Amino acid sequence: MSDAENPSNPTPDEQTDFEPVQVFDDETEMDLRPGADNCYKCTSCDTSCPVAEVDDDFPGPKFQGPEQWRLKRKDDEDIDDSITSCSNCMRCDNACPSSVPLSQMHNTARGEYVDEQMDKLSREYLRNRLLSNYRIMAEIGSKVPRLTNFALNNSLVQKFNEKVLGITAERDFPAFAEQTFREWWHERGGAQVSSEEKKIAYFHGCYSNYNTPEVAKALVRVFEKFGYEIAVPRQRCSGTPMFANGMLDDAGRAAEVNVSEFSDLIDEGYDVIASCTSCSMSLRQEYPELFEFHGTAEVSAHTYEAMEYLRIHEDLEAEIENASVEEQSFAYHAPCHARNQGLEHQAVELFRELDGVNIEDVGDSCSGISGTYGWKEEKYDTSMKIGEEMFDHMEHAEGNVGMTECPTCSMQMEHGTGYDIKHPLQLLEEALV
Amino acid sequence: MPIREDVLVVGGGLAAATAALAARETGKSVRLVAHKKSTLRQASGLIDVLGYVDGDGPRADPYGAMADLPDDHPYRLVGEEGVREGLRIFDDAVGDAYAGGHTDTNALVPTYGGTVKPTARYPNSVAPGLASIDEDALFVGFESTTDFSAPVVADHVVAAGVPFEARGVTIPFPIRFRDDARASRFARALDRDETTDDGRGVRRVLAEAVEEHLTDEERVGFPAMLGDDHDAEVREELESRLGVSVFEVPTGPPSLLGLKLEDRLFEALDEAGVRLSTGNPAVGYEADGDRIEAVYVDRKRKEIPYHAEQFVLATGGLVGKGIGSDRERVTEPVFDCYVPHSEDRYDWSESAAFGDHAFARFGVVPDEEMRPTTASGEPEFANLRAAGGVVGGADVAREKSASGVSLATAAVAGGRAGEEA
Ligand SMILES: Cc1cc2nc3c(=O)[nH]c(=O)nc-3n(C[C@H](O)[C@H](O)[C@H](O)COP(=O)(O)OP(=O)(O)OC[C@H]3O[C@@H](n4cnc5c(N)ncnc54)[C@H](O)[C@@H]3O)c2cc1C
Ligand code: SF4
Ligand code: SF4
Repeated sequence: MSDAENPSNPTPDEQTDFEPVQVFDDETEMDLRPGADNCYKCTSCDTSCPVAEVDDDFPGPKFQGPEQWRLKRKDDEDIDDSITSCSNCMRCDNACPSSVPLSQMHNTARGEYVDEQMDKLSREYLRNRLLSNYRIMAEIGSKVPRLTNFALNNSLVQKFNEKVLGITAERDFPAFAEQTFREWWHERGGAQVSSEEKKIAYFHGCYSNYNTPEVAKALVRVFEKFGYEIAVPRQRCSGTPMFANGMLDDAGRAAEVNVSEFSDLIDEGYDVIASCTSCSMSLRQEYPELFEFHGTAEVSAHTYEAMEYLRIHEDLEAEIENASVEEQSFAYHAPCHARNQGLEHQAVELFRELDGVNIEDVGDSCSGISGTYGWKEEKYDTSMKIGEEMFDHMEHAEGNVGMTECPTCSMQMEHGTGYDIKHPLQLLEEALV
Repeated sequence: MPIREDVLVVGGGLAAATAALAARETGKSVRLVAHKKSTLRQASGLIDVLGYVDGDGPRADPYGAMADLPDDHPYRLVGEEGVREGLRIFDDAVGDAYAGGHTDTNALVPTYGGTVKPTARYPNSVAPGLASIDEDALFVGFESTTDFSAPVVADHVVAAGVPFEARGVTIPFPIRFRDDARASRFARALDRDETTDDGRGVRRVLAEAVEEHLTDEERVGFPAMLGDDHDAEVREELESRLGVSVFEVPTGPPSLLGLKLEDRLFEALDEAGVRLSTGNPAVGYEADGDRIEAVYVDRKRKEIPYHAEQFVLATGGLVGKGIGSDRERVTEPVFDCYVPHSEDRYDWSESAAFGDHAFARFGVVPDEEMRPTTASGEPEFANLRAAGGVVGGADVAREKSASGVSLATAAVAGGRAGEEA
């Protein structure tokens, strides 16, 4: 129907703001019904879901969220197993004009599905648990990086992974660095700059610690250049892969450590900075949606993505305008979780002004890997279908170096095009340090 | 060093985009802060300027009809000049993707429900379907898209007294999708010319299926799902296979034509060098006397100030959340500007669904410069202007003037903000 038939202004009474209401003791069993009732079935969420776009069997976010919620509340229905096909890209959140808390609904539904309906001895459960607890593998792997790098990408091991574990053999495992970021940090003797006013606590996450310490080092050098005292507290995984796999207990345990470590530093005047947009998303949005540890709200309010923080607190634009680097061209992809924090334009906006740099946004398609999603043997094809549009745009872009803030997006970009991928912090370092 | 611009536009819809482009034309630095995706995604993609006045129409000449509007209507404030300026900015932004700019009269476009609607600008793919063209039409619907019934559309169009014959047929789409598949799924299949079960391209199979039903008709209309990135190519191929012209009928939400318009506007913003901050809402401001210094943007539980010289409020009406209401009061939530409304909420609406509802005209009260005013008629702030659905005084759904009001008020508000910054 077009608006010609139905001037569709809702009556003023329908405008109620969503407040989650806590009716169960268990903190993961929030009653989100008032949020579900805000849905007026416009299907904007479905239209923006990258999985629904390529997977005809996936019923989409509207079903996963408000509809499933209504069904469940009425007759004690099981959670539909299609919830495991949602990649937790959180695009639906951003699309809903009525602020229905879709991803929060999906996260809780997925948690319930895993707790109550999934066979804990199934290959799928074990595989998902393994994938979402990447840090544990990484910790072991990074002790003997060369051996692990060799072993993981050995075709026999890859076949084993696929047949026995359900981890796709199509992908190469990301290489472990010879020295982790934390090892480097301790070796250099921690912070080199001390300051009373400018203090940041760095949430480096797993990936930049074990796999791309050059990103973490770039952050350190850039922030120290601006005079920040940096703390690198004890930390665990942000929880993103665990939410996406319904492992809410695992995520809760990790979150509790992070919240406690970082909220102590906030009390001492630090702000929390992340270099991975899924990590900052998790601390900012998912923690307060799902957990109630002491300090959760403070951590959420004080967490920033690295470049975002500099843009707010420093005159980054002026610094960039006065700087220059060697000629180079980038194909930039904004990760879904950056979009959700309103950060999707910042790298292009800023680097456009940098002498020597040509940077092009490769469009708003999702990269398709969504963390652990694209590693699953049964999701690999979907993941690559979603990514097709991005690969295509990258290939048509002038640059043949990719750029993104998200480590798994960068794996996908590399996998789909063979390009090297940089993090914006690395270019900032090149320009300013 | 905080984020600072000459002009800050709050909102992400048609009005915000137009105001930002207007401000940018003055050479000033402009940033747009938008919370959610705009209502363009649900809108038809048509740009209506004025089709009905007080229930009377359709009117052929929107400019002529303006004189019959009440004095407090935004068109009476901005005048014909403001409306033309808004359309000029729109035409520049969308380039040759839209038609209608060649004439001052309204075009009549058949819509999803079969009514024929007066509109000023329409996507190119809609153009061959205009009701004023004296060519018989075949409307084609698909079995699975239940909200578009081609026979009903055809009957309604004929009943509206058009100068041609129309028929509707419903056929299966050559590729089977899930029952409630979205329009975008069909568009994607056509975009990529996906293969059907028998291994042939979907465009070709579709054309053959339609050909079986085609008798003397000189044009064929489909619901607006004929491709996305490669829409022109899809339509050309269908036209050359069928040997008649092919058009799209604008659909309800989520509307691909609306989505494409949104994409185009954001591309135009990007090309013009407007900075964009999307995903977080503006929630408050900081003022020094009657001047706003900064708008606060709530970035997930933390408020960040965005400084500027001049501000434009383009947060939409009740649907876009630019106007809020509870049982007691109707408000403008960002700057708390005055929004006149009856104390008694039973006066807000009429019992008839399409009646003359007071709530339809709820909004801030602008002066000639589009500055929202207080109850006593003074500007609320010296450097705040408003545009689009947040401005009151027009019943855009009844008048068929929604986009026109957004464009005209935005052209004036954005232009003035840019000049003064
Ligand atoms: C279903 C439907 C069908 C329509 N069909 C037609 C049609 O056929 N013809 C026609 O001419 N027009 C039509 N329209 C109207 C038209 O598309 C626009 O909605 C109208 O011009 C109003 O535009 P706007 O920019 O003022 O507001 P909106 O499009 O409502 O945009 C408001 C924007 O402001 C943002 N926002 C709100 N609050 C804040 C905040 N606090 N901080 C930051 N951002 C905020 C919102 O997220 C949104 O992006 C239709 C609209 C709808 C909803
Ligand atoms: S989170 Fe992403 S994949 Fe999951 S339903 Fe929402 S849009 Fe789809
Ligand atoms: S976008 Fe929001 S209101 Fe629209 S269907 Fe999805 S949940 Fe419902």
